[in-house]
Amino acid sequence: MKIQIRKFHYGDIPEEKAGGQTSYYKSTEQSWPLWEVFIRSKQGLDHKHAGSLHAADARMAIENARDVYTRRQEGISIWVVESKNIHASDPSESESLYEPAADKIYRHPSFYDLPEEVKHM
Amino acid sequence: MSKLIDYTLHLADTALIISHRNSEWCAHGPILEQDIAITNLSLDQLGQARNFYQYAATLINQDNSSTVSEDSLAYLRGEREFKNLLLTELSNGDWAQTVLRQFFFSVYQYLLYEKLQHSNDEQLSAIAAKALKEITYHIKWSGEWVIRLGDGTAESNHRIQKAIEFLWEYTGEFFIAADYELIDVAQLKEPWLKKVKEIFEEATLELPYPVYMHTGGKQSVHTENLGFILAEMQTLQRTYPGLEW
Repeated sequence: MKIQIRKFHYGDIPEEKAGGQTSYYKSTEQSWPLWEVFIRSKQGLDHKHAGSLHAADARMAIENARDVYTRRQEGISIWVVESKNIHASDPSESESLYEPAADKIYRHPSFYDLPEEVKHM
Repeated sequence: MSKLIDYTLHLADTALIISHRNSEWCAHGPILEQDIAITNLSLDQLGQARNFYQYAATLINQDNSSTVSEDSLAYLRGEREFKNLLLTELSNGDWAQTVLRQFFFSVYQYLLYEKLQHSNDEQLSAIAAKALKEITYHIKWSGEWVIRLGDGTAESNHRIQKAIEFLWEYTGEFFIAADYELIDVAQLKEPWLKKVKEIFEEATLELPYPVYMHTGGKQSVHTENLGFILAEMQTLQRTYPGLEW
């Protein structure tokens, strides 16, 4: 079988860092775009990333998500978005992006005196 | 009583055989997501079949104090005892043939269960009401595939046309009542045609001209397909009677 390199368009991540994947998919799958799936559970207020899948269009993506990711009552609402529309931060920049926040404890609201009456903060 | 038993078995057999046919796609689907979709659908139908078989077993045991079970009804009856619709036993063919068969059947099943849920028989009405939610999705899923293939490429259009030609002559049986049927199926024909036409129009497909319609499934006179299905489905129970997981 012919080995083909499959290109995932993950926004800002350079391909070599995103781990350009070696795939054995046949031509049918290759023509269908990849979608990211977000599911809201019964208790949750927010949609959480559940995974990804292939589909020809948005409607099929939602149905596929229903069949793949909500078989065990995981959710009551589904969002899908084509993976190529998701832009991600570059892992190699994580030092400059995230580490500076580490020593700035004053950003946490822990230096305020709360009045007795205020509970559940 | 025996009418009710026959009718319940007809509903059970129909659900079981189409479930088995769809389950044959498991691990052979055109793409992983659709493989899961059709397997889910198949399991929905297996669940419906089990409900009907359990009810039929209760009725039969009450009637003549025998001890049949849902398993013995599914695994130990012969070809000339099964009362499933002919359409459900037809071979899967390609994906177009499978989704079209599902679409034709789901639309019919929906209309039938809609009536059945108001039946005087509490059990049948409860089973139908529960299944209707599943069937609503089956129609949506298979209907969208019919549209996608009909209004897709030249190749997909050709495939679905071929499927229509092959399957159409097995749809007439839906609406010809057997003497045990509790629902007047003849009156389902018009709404069934209407729904099929609606989806076909969106799919740029045309309804075929009237053709000869096969019958017999409801009377246990089947196509050559059913024997092969039962052979595969029943071989384990018949070789090792009473075997369990």
